[in-house]
Amino acid sequence: MSRLSDTQTGFAHAVFNADAAVPEGIVSHLRRQPRKRFGVYRNNVYVSLISVLEGRFPVVSRLLGEDFFKATARVFVEHHPPTSPVLMRYGGGFSEFLETFEPVADLPWLADVARLEWAWNLAYHAADKDPVAPEALAAIEPASAGSLVFELHPAVQLVRSAFPVVSIWSEHSKDGEPEHIDAGAGGEDGLIVRPGIAVEVRHLPRGGAAFISALAGGKTLGEAAEVALDEEASFDLQANLAGLIASGAIAGLRPA
Amino acid sequence: MSRIENTDGSNPIPARAGVGLKPEHYAEILDTRPAIGWFEVHAENYMGAGGAPHHFLTAIREHYPLSVHGVGLSIGADAPLDTDHLNSLKQVCDRYEPGLVSEHLAWSTHDGVYLNDLLPVPYNAETLGRVCEHIDQVQEVLRRRMLLENPSTYIRFDGSEMSELDFLAAIVGRTGCGLLLDVNNVQVSATNHAYDAVAYIDAFPHQHVGEIHLGGHADDEGDDGEPLLIDDHGSAVADIVWNLYAHTISRCGPVPTLIEWDNDVPAWAVLMDEAARADIVLSETSVQHVAAE
Repeated sequence: MSRLSDTQTGFAHAVFNADAAVPEGIVSHLRRQPRKRFGVYRNNVYVSLISVLEGRFPVVSRLLGEDFFKATARVFVEHHPPTSPVLMRYGGGFSEFLETFEPVADLPWLADVARLEWAWNLAYHAADKDPVAPEALAAIEPASAGSLVFELHPAVQLVRSAFPVVSIWSEHSKDGEPEHIDAGAGGEDGLIVRPGIAVEVRHLPRGGAAFISALAGGKTLGEAAEVALDEEASFDLQANLAGLIASGAIAGLRPA
Repeated sequence: MSRIENTDGSNPIPARAGVGLKPEHYAEILDTRPAIGWFEVHAENYMGAGGAPHHFLTAIREHYPLSVHGVGLSIGADAPLDTDHLNSLKQVCDRYEPGLVSEHLAWSTHDGVYLNDLLPVPYNAETLGRVCEHIDQVQEVLRRRMLLENPSTYIRFDGSEMSELDFLAAIVGRTGCGLLLDVNNVQVSATNHAYDAVAYIDAFPHQHVGEIHLGGHADDEGDDGEPLLIDDHGSAVADIVWNLYAHTISRCGPVPTLIEWDNDVPAWAVLMDEAARADIVLSETSVQHVAAE
């Protein structure tokens, strides 16, 4: 081990452990181990990362209130600091963290809201691709339609929830006082798309998420429709397929 | 005096004021095409695959020179550079053909954890060797000269054996990199470590300065009640820094100068006013030719 490596190990440890002593060898012109000065680094690391999470999870933050969110994010940062300097990738584990974070145990839907906001972030930065035009649907030969396979747009994300996650998210994404959403009103599935540069969140009809998952997994249109019908007897293939294409979720289709 | 040339001669950054590009201002910039000399972006914000950041930067790049400023390469770390990250930086440079590319004399990654701050290094032979290896590697991969920024610091290491100025000069001598002189960082570090900011500027290797940064700082106190300045990029450039900047230009001559405002980002017009003030200094300051040391 080099001296520099030891220095940086001690520095990083002290940043993430508020009770740790300032490492030896760190000085100001007036004293050794200046605690307040070292605290500037501690503060910079935490405040900046909490701010990243606040920007990434604005609805979770609104639901918890600013102070509670910041305290929650601080614990997350301490236990799950970023592993990449590309901070658009930070926060992927936040929903799993919320699932087991005792102080939010009475908000069982919160983790799903975080999952939706993370999906939004992934869609925002996903690769660019032109979705297929709605006319593509009209060009499908009915006889061969069942054997088509679909390429989903790179931005497409699905969030399935036992709670009304899309309603909670959209109500708290708007300006103004949010309407009360009954968390017991039943589950919702969200489709996140970004046909151009603007991310859109759509509430899927029942069976829609199973249908899209099956398509994403490489199943043919016919197979995916069966999967969806197994889950939801009222699944409307025509409407779901038209909705998917109209929302810009499909980047290509071809015979299997 | 030999001024370092922009290594990509087709996309030069003019010796005028530029502004750090923020998403809050994308639309207004494209709508109004303000008379600003150039923009700078943080490389890491454009390392995603696609979407709005690339859409807007591509459109803005068509109308303005661009400088790319990395904040996450951790050049001062003892550990090897993250080659994936370096390759991502190269992709950003290949895509946007910046006139200048810069990074920091600092570390931010350790044991696979990214600390998201520009952490200080001891100035000694061991660090110098490591930093120079890393800069050589960056310049080889990017196939261009990079600029290294002087840090703002709150502590010092008793393991330091050289002054910051000697350390920077040695890096330039060994690697051939240029320097990004952050005048606010000079004011912050000089105050925090009780040395003379003007003397630091006077002794800085002027001929290697390819870019200047100006940002805001906040006032605080150290452990013993002594003045401590915090480099927070969250406010207007302080008057004391404007004065130091004018002195810097009188020594360096006109150099591309960036207004950095990263936190509590203000309205575009506020940034334009700061840039206009820098442009006045750039155009009205006469250069005092002082013999190089």
